[in-house]
Amino acid sequence: MTALRLIIVDDEKPARERLKNLLGDLQGDLATYVVAEACDGVEALERIHAGPIDVALVDIRMPRLDGIELARHLAGMARAPAVIFVTAFDQYAVKAFELSAIDYLLKPVRATRLLEALKKARRLPTDADIWHTLVPSGRAHLHCIERGRVLLVPVADIVYLRAELKYVTARTPLREYLLEESLTHLEQEFADRFIRLHRNCLVARNAIAGCERNTSDDGESHWSVLVVGLTERLPVSRRQWPQVKALIRD
Amino acid sequence: MARDASIRENAGFPGMPDFRNLGVWLRVLLAVNALALLAALLRNRDIAALPREFAELAALVEPVAIASVLLLAASQRSLLSRLAFWPSVGYVEAIVAALTTAFMILFGLVEEIGLLRALWWALLAAAAIIGWLVLRARAQSPALAEARLMALTARIRPHFLFNSLNAVLGIIRSDPRRAEVALEELSDLFRVLMRDNRDLVPLSEEIALARQYLALEHLRLGDRLAVQWEIETCPPDALVPPLLLQPLLENAVYYGIEPAENPGPIVLRLARENDRVIIELTNPYDARHVHASGNQMALENIRERLLLFFDIESSLVGRKIGAQYVVRIELPYRHKRGVSR
Repeated sequence: MTALRLIIVDDEKPARERLKNLLGDLQGDLATYVVAEACDGVEALERIHAGPIDVALVDIRMPRLDGIELARHLAGMARAPAVIFVTAFDQYAVKAFELSAIDYLLKPVRATRLLEALKKARRLPTDADIWHTLVPSGRAHLHCIERGRVLLVPVADIVYLRAELKYVTARTPLREYLLEESLTHLEQEFADRFIRLHRNCLVARNAIAGCERNTSDDGESHWSVLVVGLTERLPVSRRQWPQVKALIRD
Repeated sequence: MARDASIRENAGFPGMPDFRNLGVWLRVLLAVNALALLAALLRNRDIAALPREFAELAALVEPVAIASVLLLAASQRSLLSRLAFWPSVGYVEAIVAALTTAFMILFGLVEEIGLLRALWWALLAAAAIIGWLVLRARAQSPALAEARLMALTARIRPHFLFNSLNAVLGIIRSDPRRAEVALEELSDLFRVLMRDNRDLVPLSEEIALARQYLALEHLRLGDRLAVQWEIETCPPDALVPPLLLQPLLENAVYYGIEPAENPGPIVLRLARENDRVIIELTNPYDARHVHASGNQMALENIRERLLLFFDIESSLVGRKIGAQYVVRIELPYRHKRGVSR
């Protein structure tokens, strides 16, 4: 059997050392190989995108991108590692993990528990309800990979999200980002923030500046939405127009 | 010296009630009305007339009671709290007598009721109410305050304990000596957490404890944790509630340092300004990471303990200033000689 490829994600060096010591002790029972260590969620995303990893051991409280948000990013990714949370004391999160069958270990971690958890490590659930309990207001950032680097895109800055072929484009007032996400999942996660305009487009509710009616060459008229800070018009489908109209009227 | 006496009474022996306290107001009004009802009942011959007689009597005594309490509350800090117990009783009675006379004249009731008779009953009622409030305070407050104090000091974040133990386990193979020191620090810290924390302690002890705590956190957080001490004018002998600095620092680490990538330093300023001790803690603050309620809970705990030890002579204010969170505590400067408990 080939060794299990691991990443250890924790902002505290002694905590990472502890896990490495235990993994060393367990080599006789389970062959593992620590591919990478990361100090926070962003570094972890970079390493996970860089090459295949089987299991991520993830601390919860970390700078930049915390453990639960990291997992939320991983849940939507193809070929994401299984995740085992490692936490000192987060009653709320632990309760949610129990309910959603997410694996976790308590610090100080014990070798036998670590071994059990690694043997039955599972992929993260993709169920929207579970993630809604864990990250009630949705993630604060989405991420994109550019030249091997992870860029965090603050959700608050995003004007619209548009599905194109196999990617989703996030547009901020400054530039566009290519995301590996599904538009349907984003719509569920950020239902309070974005409204669907079209089969392939979500717009931030607070970015809608107004609407205008255009008549195309074949004589059919349709509506489009004007957004704050951008010159382009976003077409609205007939099916979505009633909801969009209601929002603009308010 | 008079100020010391007031503290002694706050902490141990309850004296004259604090008339700035809403609970005291309510109790005074309740007692006044109860006495009025009792008087109406005793005089009453026709039960149908009782409500009217009671209302008339209440309308007579309530203005005097309300005005007395207002006047006492206004002079609480400048005069009343500086008096010993018996002079303060005299002071309260004098105010009640003066106001009763004033209202009698104002409402033109001197002829109808008789000034001396009214004064006699007013002074008797005031004495009865003071007696009741003092006895009540003496019976309840020490036990109650002590129980609350015990409940309030028993808290430390389990998060800190388990993370520290995990960190010690993490270095035990590579740096056994550092691990030994860390366990010693941890046991010192828990010894203080678990001792009887009912008495004020010198600020120097609190500083030593805070340094041990920070050494433990440094083990986990490394260079992300930097603390700047500004203690040039700090009075090391000042008496403060036990476990004052450590929870403040723990709060700052939890909300200001742990979630930040390159946090700035925590600044702790301890100073004496005349007869006040100032404790000011500034930590980096990022609204995205702070759940306001959790932060407030820790500060509320400290605020309540300050109240139990110093009543309203101390204050705690927490404010966000730009990317910093500043907690400022002020307390009266006392040292060993001034307090005997």
